[in-house]
Amino acid sequence: MPVLIFADHADGHFKKSSYEALSYGAKLAEQLGTTSDAVVLGTAKEDLSSLGQYGVRKVYHINNASFDTVDAQLYAAAITEAVQKTGADIIIFSHNQTGRAVASVVAAKLKAGIVTGAVALPNTSNGFVVRKTVFSGKAFANVEITSPIKVVSINPNSFSVQSTGGSAEVSPLEITVGTPKVKITAVNKVSGEVPLTEADIVVSGGRGLKGPENWGMLEDLAHSLHAATACSRPVADSGWRPHHEHVGQTGIQVSPNLYIALGISGAIQHLAGVNRSKVIVVINKDPEAPFFKAADYGIVGDIFEIVPKLTEEIKKLKGE
Amino acid sequence: MKILVCISKTPDTTSKIAFKNGNTQFEEAGVQWIINPYDEWYAFVRAIELKEKDPATILHLVTVGTPDADPIIRKALALGGDEAIRINATSDDSYFIAAQIAEVAKSGSYDLILTGKETIDYNASSVGGIIAALLDTPFISLATKLELNGTTATVTREIEGGEEVNEVSLPVVISCQKGVAEQRIPNMRGIMAARTKPLKVVEPAAIDSLTKIVSYELPPAKAGVKLVAADNVGELVRLLHEEARVI
Repeated sequence: MPVLIFADHADGHFKKSSYEALSYGAKLAEQLGTTSDAVVLGTAKEDLSSLGQYGVRKVYHINNASFDTVDAQLYAAAITEAVQKTGADIIIFSHNQTGRAVASVVAAKLKAGIVTGAVALPNTSNGFVVRKTVFSGKAFANVEITSPIKVVSINPNSFSVQSTGGSAEVSPLEITVGTPKVKITAVNKVSGEVPLTEADIVVSGGRGLKGPENWGMLEDLAHSLHAATACSRPVADSGWRPHHEHVGQTGIQVSPNLYIALGISGAIQHLAGVNRSKVIVVINKDPEAPFFKAADYGIVGDIFEIVPKLTEEIKKLKGE
Repeated sequence: MKILVCISKTPDTTSKIAFKNGNTQFEEAGVQWIINPYDEWYAFVRAIELKEKDPATILHLVTVGTPDADPIIRKALALGGDEAIRINATSDDSYFIAAQIAEVAKSGSYDLILTGKETIDYNASSVGGIIAALLDTPFISLATKLELNGTTATVTREIEGGEEVNEVSLPVVISCQKGVAEQRIPNMRGIMAARTKPLKVVEPAAIDSLTKIVSYELPPAKAGVKLVAADNVGELVRLLHEEARVI
């Protein structure tokens, strides 16, 4: 039976996390000797057949404007119906904000076992075992899904996008649209910035920056790398930076390719939010800062001198 | 108004994570247990605040756990709430846990069910959505603000690239994160009062688990930090470009 991948989009445009989910689902289907299809809800502004380049055979399009905003109940009902109509028995989501809203509701409706935060393709040699992060990135668990229908959501940035150059057949799918019970009264999207959870590179600042007025150099560095900006908890709690930038155990957990920590000591609560990053760079004047133990590269020194130089060197490298 | 807050017992953030029996079980020796911070600081404290505004509110806590969860339940009751329900079972399957809670929720006819956005041990972020599906009520995820006005909840929630404000009629299940409330410290009066608050133990319903943990692994140790001299920033850029290949 085919694998069905929920390809979510923001205002009609697909994102890296969707391409990751598509690539993951297509690879899984290949491994199981079956096919993979995608389901897209709402108005799309991109050519849906192009999703075929990530390996899916068909794109089921539920083209109804009721799905242009994410109502977990309506989304889950629509995806559940799509699963039933396509006969899929494995459903793939990205573990992003939309995935967190919808995947578990779909799983319950289908009485499917769910594993969220997957970091690798399932081991299907004996059962269906999914590797996921647990203990906030401090360990992995191999979790077997024992139900006939299975739901997996994958951690953003943990499975690489694989483009094969194919084209998918686009097939409209009619489903029943329920009556929304949730009314959206306001939407505030942060425009122009790289969303933190999707960023390949994150530049983050701590108390070592001494005050909000010094964030300019951090932003310059982030800009030179097309990176998102983040901060430690004390910085958010002091109101130097908005709370949605707070990375750590109780803030946002990120898993970029590169995490650059400026003037952050690296308390265990902060590490819990960043330890899934592929490469960590720490710049701190205190050689005893615990963050150096979790880092791949480091400079012991004054961030106020080093950061502007670093920005210059990066601009040089990029030929700007 | 009747509120149910779901709480979970988790190892303290600073606990050393280790496994035993051939990496099939979490090593609990020496672990300090706490209430999952998302459940306590955000979901539960917000519920307490709502009860403070409307004292007629009935506030219950629920957890799925064996008797060793009782100390953290008492700790929670020291912060507030009228009664706790412990479903006498242990599980790491989101469906099992959520379905047990849904059974309790059905018989209690709650208007508002709150969870944390995820637990800091299994990081599933699934229990709230499953409860909502089983009760056929709306689910609002990743709330950063929650207000009640009569039987309407106004919730600000995190979405891809921003936030939105939702209005929904009760009953509803909401998962809470930072912003919804601020951490509180229990006072002596609360601690004393918690001792006599009812802690009801109910036996689990017959529900199948749909997943099971086969084994655990610790991530490979970092090779150690490569330090670059402060006057040689160019070398760091070279390493990131040529060796790590991340820029």
